[in-house]
Amino acid sequence: MSLELQNQNHTVDILPHTVRHVALRRGDHRTPEFSQLNPMQKVPVMVDNGFVLTESDAIMKYLVNKYDVPEHWYPRQPERRARVDEYTAWHHTHTRPHAAKVFILEVLLPAQTSSPVDEERLSRAVSQLDDTLEKLESMFLRRQPFLCGDDVTVADLLAVCELMQPEAGGRDVLQQSPQLQRWKSRVRAAVGDAFDQAHAVLYAVRDRRRAKL
Amino acid sequence: MQGVCSAAAAMAVELYLDLLSQPCRSVLIFAKKNNIPHEVKQVSLMDGEQHREDFGKVSLIRKVPALQDGDFCLAESPAILLYLARKFKTPDHWYPADLQQCARIDEYLSWQHCAIRLHGSKVFWLKLMIPEVLHVEVPKEKMDAAVEELNGSLKLLEEKFLQDRPFIAGDHISLADLVAIVEVMQPVAAGLDVFGGRPKLSAWRDRVQAAIGKELFDEVHQTVMGSQERVKVMDGSKLEFSKAKILKFFM
Repeated sequence: MSLELQNQNHTVDILPHTVRHVALRRGDHRTPEFSQLNPMQKVPVMVDNGFVLTESDAIMKYLVNKYDVPEHWYPRQPERRARVDEYTAWHHTHTRPHAAKVFILEVLLPAQTSSPVDEERLSRAVSQLDDTLEKLESMFLRRQPFLCGDDVTVADLLAVCELMQPEAGGRDVLQQSPQLQRWKSRVRAAVGDAFDQAHAVLYAVRDRRRAKL
Repeated sequence: MQGVCSAAAAMAVELYLDLLSQPCRSVLIFAKKNNIPHEVKQVSLMDGEQHREDFGKVSLIRKVPALQDGDFCLAESPAILLYLARKFKTPDHWYPADLQQCARIDEYLSWQHCAIRLHGSKVFWLKLMIPEVLHVEVPKEKMDAAVEELNGSLKLLEEKFLQDRPFIAGDHISLADLVAIVEVMQPVAAGLDVFGGRPKLSAWRDRVQAAIGKELFDEVHQTVMGSQERVKVMDGSKLEFSKAKILKFFM
């Protein structure tokens, strides 16, 4: 099944792929079958004719190299490429853990343990994320349209998806950051329909929670 | 920032390093091994030099290692290593053109942040720096838990990233092995016997050291390997300003 990605500013990117759903909430990632595929028991995992690859940034870079997609996603010029590598490294120790923690404390843990939200821990996590967002804006975005320069890159995809996660709990972490909100709109525009398609499950979780209130 | 004057030195990249830091070591080993013209600028983390105004101009992110190449400034060791490999056209095996091999390296460089790097650092701080320099007692359960986490990462390094290969990406040393080895050495420097009972890991370490050159490896690791001795005479007040942050992060 091919997914067509259409967006306003860039040429149509079509990468032939098949999606295999792994429902984390059902523990699909802990089955012996999946563990053999990925002993880290995590998603995403890519399988390309027997070649198994984990880590979303590695997968995206592999797809860029293999399919010769538009250069802006991961520029070839050394300094521009280095900027993307710099963000993807920093992402692991900042954006990802700090945004994930908010989601985990506000949505995942309470759902899994049927217990109330630990408000104190959540408050600290939100505060830590706010610090990281400040750095994201001042160290990376600065006055640029995108995190690594004039055009959207895989760095923007990593960041925006991480920052969308707390929306599952109805929380817009960018509420206090107009600059980052504008950046997010630009990324959405660059990605087009694929943005909402990728977030369909997240939106469903958010909407179910809202309906319960 | 002050520029360098001579023509040869003008080609040199500036590397801002503190060799106590694991990623600084991988960058220095890479630069020296490949004869990349470079100038080392020491940044002492213990003395808080990363907070200096002039360093902020080199690294907005205020971390070491940092690279300055003319007007171009860069942080994060995987980014710096890749930049140096591409710019100075180092031998292919460090980051092969082969699609699958370089994907393996990207995969490792990505995974390691929240695995070996995190767990090895934690053991270094909990076993050595926090008790000996900050004079804060570390509860046994916390120490044991940290070692368990490190064991888990080491197991994945052996079973998923190495498997039956001599090096992570295949037959030759690459950036992945370089980044891995400096992180594995950190808990070793704190006195943890990481290699005992791990023949596969030990054999890999021997191959990596041989590929780098034992002399270069030891030279770059001299500072950190002297940690256990140094903490006996170290002035603990140096770390007071970041004590709360350190305790919050590791404990």
